[in-house]
Amino acid sequence: MKLKKILPQAITLLVVILIFGFFTMNAQLNMENRGIDFGYGFLSQESSFDVQFSLIEYSGSDSYARAYLVGLLNTLLVSILGIILCTILGVIVGIARLSPNYLIRTTAAWYVEFFRNIPLLLQIFFWYYAALRALPLPQDAEAIFGVSYLTIKGFYTPSLIWENLDIFIYSVIAAIIAIIFVRIQAKKLRENVGKHLPVLNISIAILFVLPLLTFLFGGVNVGYETPELKQLAKTSFKFEGGLSIPPELLSLVIALSLYTATFVAECVRAGIQGVGKGQREAASSIGLNRKQVLNLIIMPQALRIIIPPTTNQYLNLTKNSSLAAAIAYPDLVLVFAGTALMQTGKAIEIVSITMLTYLTLSLSISFFMNWYNAKIAIVEK
Amino acid sequence: MFKYLKQLTSLVAMVAVLFTFTTETMAAKKSKTLKNTQKKGFVRCGVSQGLPGFSNADAAGNWTGIDVDVCRAVAAAVLGDASKVKFTPLSAKERFTALTSGEIDILSRNTTWTLSRDADIGLTFVGVNFYDGQGFMVRKSSGITSTSQFKNGISACTNIGTTTELNMRDFFNSRGISYEPVAFEKADEVVAAYDAGRCDTYTTDKSGLAAQRTKMSNPDEHIVLPETISKEPLGPVVRQGDSVWEDIVRWSLNTMIEAEEYGITSSNADMMKTSDNPAIKRLVGAEGEMGAAFGLDNDWNYRIITQVGNYGESYKRNIADTGILPDRGPNELWTKGGILYVPPAR
Repeated sequence: MKLKKILPQAITLLVVILIFGFFTMNAQLNMENRGIDFGYGFLSQESSFDVQFSLIEYSGSDSYARAYLVGLLNTLLVSILGIILCTILGVIVGIARLSPNYLIRTTAAWYVEFFRNIPLLLQIFFWYYAALRALPLPQDAEAIFGVSYLTIKGFYTPSLIWENLDIFIYSVIAAIIAIIFVRIQAKKLRENVGKHLPVLNISIAILFVLPLLTFLFGGVNVGYETPELKQLAKTSFKFEGGLSIPPELLSLVIALSLYTATFVAECVRAGIQGVGKGQREAASSIGLNRKQVLNLIIMPQALRIIIPPTTNQYLNLTKNSSLAAAIAYPDLVLVFAGTALMQTGKAIEIVSITMLTYLTLSLSISFFMNWYNAKIAIVEK
Repeated sequence: MFKYLKQLTSLVAMVAVLFTFTTETMAAKKSKTLKNTQKKGFVRCGVSQGLPGFSNADAAGNWTGIDVDVCRAVAAAVLGDASKVKFTPLSAKERFTALTSGEIDILSRNTTWTLSRDADIGLTFVGVNFYDGQGFMVRKSSGITSTSQFKNGISACTNIGTTTELNMRDFFNSRGISYEPVAFEKADEVVAAYDAGRCDTYTTDKSGLAAQRTKMSNPDEHIVLPETISKEPLGPVVRQGDSVWEDIVRWSLNTMIEAEEYGITSSNADMMKTSDNPAIKRLVGAEGEMGAAFGLDNDWNYRIITQVGNYGESYKRNIADTGILPDRGPNELWTKGGILYVPPAR
């Protein structure tokens, strides 16, 4: 009886080990035959190629390991921006799909059906090649609000120049901690004494006053630098100074968030519709107002339905960001699994590192979302 | 007695068959690639995703170009039919993996011969079929006529995974110019982005620039700057570890070049069989045993010349007549002021 239970599992395990063993052996044998050595030593070698856009200091005299970090950070940047934007847009569109207003409801439905049914790569190409072509050259660009420029070579906007930025950041962190403390106290007060504090107003006050004080007493100061047009040749210009966002990043973030937002919107709609009509009516009958009904009754229950499928969409977005390679955005795949792989020829090593990295990223997102999901789950009493 | 005689003749015949079989396939036995190619009936050749003059497919899917002709020459030599080639279009990034993993048997894709590629990654370069160098293309209207006019902040479009990326860095760094590299995976994407105005300059091998220029929306608006910033000897590559196959590919290319040297063309090869010059006779299979060492018959080089033509014919057909690079420059024979020089076929 016990054997019957264990035997199939043991056989499965054995088969899995044998398959992996076969592939490893095969790879080893073939690499040996073709004179390819295996090893991760190349990571410390000089990369000798430059990258267009990097969040950290990097040049070709740095190592391949640093090039990997550049790619990873660029992937993270595009994923985080994409997740934030697709969540905001997705929630708005999801709620809009349930609007009693015909125009809003139909527009939202059209948006969802249009963008989720066109392959993502095609959309990325559209935003990069078609939309980019329509943008003006730097010298022809009209200023947006007098200081920003959207051109074929990127988006240029003034950048802030901080003095004692660290003090300012500490003050913001302190403000956030203070707000959490206030909220806990307010909750205690409400539950024990039944007294309602204007928590939102207090929070906003703390968030503004504390950092403002650092300007007066902490020596924090902020200036700005505007982009200036510079001539490179007779008909060739560029903007210098300020903050420049490459068009590759712009189009990738736009394409990824517009595409993923459609799926998030459907999750949100499903979540809200999944809460019984009776819940809303019951909440109203005990005297809660519309806002309270949404915040205290509908959303907590809807979130339980929304979170798990939305997690999948976040994971998809992160993995889809690897399509960046098609439009020259230097993400992990382009920089590391692209250029670095080509220059070193270490295919197995680099692909394995890249796969592990994506696996780690996806598992981290999953882990965080599961934690959040567990936190908002209804605790049966 | 008669019965025995019959048995004896059949035995002799069998031994004879076996013997010819073994001599003919000694090399084939040594070369797994040759054996597989003959069994499959086609040569598996990796080419570019579309570079006019080198490897480019027309609307009907027929590949042409001087890189394509190297594979066709090998097919003519080992299979007797230059059309028996299966082409696999590869990006710069995919090409070496495709070769080392055995998906293709020849990589003939405007690939630069460098030390690290030859030594590190399990490849062997067999020769050079085009001497090239990296250059820059700019818009005519920019007024730039030399790389010395490049200024800080210039954006340069190029391909990833090429020597171009490294040369570009060396070039800009040595001149102290800051630049923005915009690297795409496919050549078509680079051209589209440069054409749209995303970059101030487009850099790759000069032959590539000349070829891609023909694909631009208005070719006359662009010029290739005169400076050459690197050496780019382009040539076919094979996997390491099959020296017979390596020799077949090397000598298929060399045959095309040497045929030009001796004035043998696809149209006069038949006449050349009765030439007085033994060097010419060897090249058309009329003298010597030039194929045996490869496990091929004696007409292998004759078939290359009649079916594909000599190097000059290939260059004229693919590169000169298409208006890409009418001037042969360094790709002229050593006897005519160029640097094309191959070891003698003897």
